[in-house]
Amino acid sequence: MEPFEVHTGLAMPLARVNVDTDQIIPKQYLTSTGRDGLDVGLFHDWRYLDGDPSRPDPAFVLNLPRYRGASVLAAGDNFGCGSSREHAPWALLAYGFRCVISTSFADIFYNNSIKNGLLPAVVEADDLERLLDEIDAAPGLTVAADLAASSLTTSAGSRFGFAIPDHARHALAEGLDDIEITLRHEDAITSFEARSRERFPWLG
Amino acid sequence: MAKTLFDRIWDAHVVAETPGGTLLYIDRHLGHDGSSRALRMLAERGLPVRRPDKTLIVLDHVVPTVNQAAPVLEPRMREMLDTVRAEAARYRIGSFFDLTDPRNGISHVAGPEQGFALPGSTLVCGDSHTSTHGAFGALAFGIGASEVEHVFATQALLQHRPGTMLVELEGRRPGGVHAKDVVLALIGRIGIGGGTGCVIEYAGEAVREMSMEERMTVCNMTIEAGARAGMMAPDETTYEYLAGRPLAPAGADREAALAYWRTLPSDPDARFDRRVSMRVDDLAPQVTWGTNPSMVAGIDRAVPKTQDAADANEAAAWTRAFEYMDLAPGTRMEDVRPDRVFIGSCTNSRLSDLRTAAGYVRGRRVADGVHAMVVPGSGLVKQDAEAEGLDRIFREAGFEWREPGCSMCVGMNNDLLSPGERCASTSNRNFEGRQGRGGRTHLVSPATAACAAIAGRFVDVRAIEPAGL
Repeated sequence: MEPFEVHTGLAMPLARVNVDTDQIIPKQYLTSTGRDGLDVGLFHDWRYLDGDPSRPDPAFVLNLPRYRGASVLAAGDNFGCGSSREHAPWALLAYGFRCVISTSFADIFYNNSIKNGLLPAVVEADDLERLLDEIDAAPGLTVAADLAASSLTTSAGSRFGFAIPDHARHALAEGLDDIEITLRHEDAITSFEARSRERFPWLG
Repeated sequence: MAKTLFDRIWDAHVVAETPGGTLLYIDRHLGHDGSSRALRMLAERGLPVRRPDKTLIVLDHVVPTVNQAAPVLEPRMREMLDTVRAEAARYRIGSFFDLTDPRNGISHVAGPEQGFALPGSTLVCGDSHTSTHGAFGALAFGIGASEVEHVFATQALLQHRPGTMLVELEGRRPGGVHAKDVVLALIGRIGIGGGTGCVIEYAGEAVREMSMEERMTVCNMTIEAGARAGMMAPDETTYEYLAGRPLAPAGADREAALAYWRTLPSDPDARFDRRVSMRVDDLAPQVTWGTNPSMVAGIDRAVPKTQDAADANEAAAWTRAFEYMDLAPGTRMEDVRPDRVFIGSCTNSRLSDLRTAAGYVRGRRVADGVHAMVVPGSGLVKQDAEAEGLDRIFREAGFEWREPGCSMCVGMNNDLLSPGERCASTSNRNFEGRQGRGGRTHLVSPATAACAAIAGRFVDVRAIEPAGL
């Protein structure tokens, strides 16, 4: 996984609350054992007319020319609620997003994002409102997300702090692979299993 | 120090504290056809499955619900199924249920039937509705594909201790008001982000009175309130359900297990980060009117008006929902007419759900213009239902009687609504497009779904006498 330090990119607003993972990437993109084509599936049902990827809905924000190439998404509260599909962060990353800003994220989406190098930046409600207003007012507005400083700086000069737990910051900054970390504790797992067999023999 | 049920399970499963989080041991790993991706990722790393004996894999998400004995021809679905079959064999997965195995079914129905979820255990699955298994007093939660791979490789997960929330459900449910109604009303009250960051423990008279299957319905929907997991203290109802299940302890093991399980419930003075209390005595059957499970009203109520929204964001979301659902604010729920009825899903496809629905269907006919189907949660549910003649009751009324799978809850197998179709569904999500692009989902209990099929509109089941079975 690519370590996250500072990412600067064009910001796109999605001023809706409770954006669920079925909207981020719908079911028909889950029946593949590869990751190809997830960029096309991002926000599928909102993005295309009659579900036809050859007919982008010109009114949907992702299709507005001014947001072409956006890599920072600012969205309403409780982003990523719903299913555990890791295809949600995969699709956002495949399209080119590196950072999603919201007032809160659903737990599983949050975990899945950290494991894939997508920064979920939690901001205060007032700051999200101001950011959405700024993006709207200034075409081409970019946001620099600085992980170490926990800050979002817009090209218009405003600066917002974001919250992120230390473990998530650490994992993103190092681009850590959890399986490799855990395998370093293999002896501890083995001795746990021995203790568990003794204490809870019915668990095997 | 006083401890909660959650505290006890968490503390008993800590392998090590690491800078990346608490390494938590996982006792039970439930897989399904969607695990094919994680198995492939694991194979690419060249790693073994650490504890195939602690793993149960079923086929549920993409499986057809007609003629399961025939080969699946759709290439991507076939690839998923064949991948998981091949990897399960290569890794010698402890229990693998293929389509022709009557024990196969929806993971959260088939697992409990086998006694896979046990009090005091940790259980994960690459599916958000894993919260279901918390009904047994287990810590059970859904994970993404990377974490599924992690569990296959290490039988542990790096986790961060969540908060705790106590939901006390007090009083006794009136007749016609089911577990689904209770949990929908709760989500309506606390919101779909109401449990974010927390594990919910349900307690109170209304929980103690519930059967295991009802408890599973409540815990299943916990994720729809955004909570990490839902759980309930194990009690005699739990122990009785587990007795004799193939993967549950028997004999001396059961005695030892029982002695431990009885120590699990939260101490009376245990501290929770948050507490919510809800009475159930005057609840009405619930019907969702919008595009997430918190957009819900009693059957005797109407679609709300935007001026009743808490804030501008909610008003905007409601306005979008009214448009998507093609419902005007103020429409009485009893005037809403579904085109389709779906009785199934990991929320409500167990034998007791089908019995309840059949009671309202027996001797009646599905209304003209309504297409109704029942998808049992597992092969065993299907067998038991057929042994009782429930399939005949449904078929004679005009329902389709299908084979087990996730089916129209997630629509991955092409059991889908057409654009504009309106469905009374016993499933768990009414998100836009969840049951098919442009499809309109109303979440209800099996009783309300069955009565909607017969009446051709939503009706108050409290006014209807079910037939004896």
